[in-house]
Amino acid sequence: MESTIVKAVNYNAYFGDNHVVKNVNIEIPRNNVVAVMGPSGCGKTTFLRGINRMHELIPGATSTGQIFLNNEDVYEMHPIFVRLKIGMVFQRPNPFPNLSIYDNVIAGYKLNGIKLPKAEKDKIVEQSLTRVALWNEVKDSLTKKGSFLSGGQQQRLCIARAVAMEPEVLLFDEPTSALDPISTSTVEELFHELKKNYTLIIVTHNMQQAARVSDKTAFFYMGELVEYDETKQMFTNPSDIRTQNYITGRFS
Amino acid sequence: MNVQVKYRIGKSIGFQALVILLSAACVVPLIFILIYIIQAGITKINWHFLTNLPKPVGETGGGIANALLGSTIIILVASVIAIPFGILCGIYLSENKNSKLAYWSRLCIDILQGIPSIVIGIVAYFWLVKPLGGFSALSGSVALAIMMLPIVVRSTEETLLLLPDSLREAAFALGMPFHRVILKVLIPCGISGILSGVMLSIARITGETAPLLFTAFGNPYLSTNVLKPMQSLPLLIFNYATSPYNEWHDLAWGASCILLIWVLSLNIFTKLITRKWKVQL
Repeated sequence: MESTIVKAVNYNAYFGDNHVVKNVNIEIPRNNVVAVMGPSGCGKTTFLRGINRMHELIPGATSTGQIFLNNEDVYEMHPIFVRLKIGMVFQRPNPFPNLSIYDNVIAGYKLNGIKLPKAEKDKIVEQSLTRVALWNEVKDSLTKKGSFLSGGQQQRLCIARAVAMEPEVLLFDEPTSALDPISTSTVEELFHELKKNYTLIIVTHNMQQAARVSDKTAFFYMGELVEYDETKQMFTNPSDIRTQNYITGRFS
Repeated sequence: MNVQVKYRIGKSIGFQALVILLSAACVVPLIFILIYIIQAGITKINWHFLTNLPKPVGETGGGIANALLGSTIIILVASVIAIPFGILCGIYLSENKNSKLAYWSRLCIDILQGIPSIVIGIVAYFWLVKPLGGFSALSGSVALAIMMLPIVVRSTEETLLLLPDSLREAAFALGMPFHRVILKVLIPCGISGILSGVMLSIARITGETAPLLFTAFGNPYLSTNVLKPMQSLPLLIFNYATSPYNEWHDLAWGASCILLIWVLSLNIFTKLITRKWKVQL
């Protein structure tokens, strides 16, 4: 299997006339955790949303260039197909409030009208919840609404929902910024487990988090990909002065 | 200094008292109407009243079965026409806030809401009664459906707009097509608001008389044919209350009481539904 799973070639994204992501070229290796960091408004989230074509859902948003998933241009695939292959977890936990915990996990099947036998659904639910270390906490309350859980549990439920679809890549948009420190560390531990089966791309503005969880780090600034390297290399010996300024906190 | 503070506290208390007094005063008309109509009407209501046809002048007894059934049928047909249109239009308006079509339909819906009901009745008369060659319950239903439409549209739109964008994104990120996002996520999450809009619109048209005067027309006999004239509660009240006969006045009071109970319970039911089916976001 080829080691690169996601590749961006000359990718640009716009909101109307506002050029938000500027000519990004990046290769993301399979079964890695890649952190995308940078100050607010640097285009990191927009880039992430470009990968599974969520960016284009915003009125006025456009993009140019290519993003490949396994050498296939996602902009030539059907967006629905792209989003089945590339799961996403958002900044704020957003379980479906009208569904039970059980149904939230299999929401990708249930709401897409894919019928599965009960035994298979049970298996997917248990497996997905186990992968996000939530099974033991909720196995007795699967029929309760997802919104009864705590914030950290809800976020893990959302990860389980994405995992249940068996995607190849998981995108995380500042997944812990709405969580308390304990929930944050639980979610961070998950990343190490999840990368055995998936490729993770995590947007964060928390440098410590990027250093803790990722194999490689990309630094975005003003819409440009400034530097992209092994995390260790990046945090000990950055090659660009802007990266150095950012990680040493000397940014104005 | 002290005096000034005391003066301000006094002023504040006075203002508070005024607000409470005027708020309480708003409730008074409703209570008086309720007491008055129930006093006059409740004694006329019994099983016989609900299940029998009106008697000719001079005979005692008689009921309003034809009007009850007629009102039910006319409102049901109106709902069947208005609810799908209204909900779909509301979905479009909330999902395409800034399109030109949305701007114009929103404007039209607002104007439609302000059109006097008698005008809508006339339009239904020229659209349906004349071409079909006679008064019919169906034409009355169409007139009422036009009156329901703005309420259903706006309540659907406003309910869906209140749902957070994160919900839509969650659904789209799972690879759901647009129609499924709407049918499986947005509508179920906003169901209590949409339903309450529907119920309120039904409560609103239940008592409409003007658009029915020259569409459904009224009928002293029991009829279930929507292409023929049909009696309804407001029409019966209008005709019997303006008649010179005491027996008919009694019928009108009883019917008013029924109508009032009907609308009141719809409103209470709506409140219960909204509370019970509300999806905690």
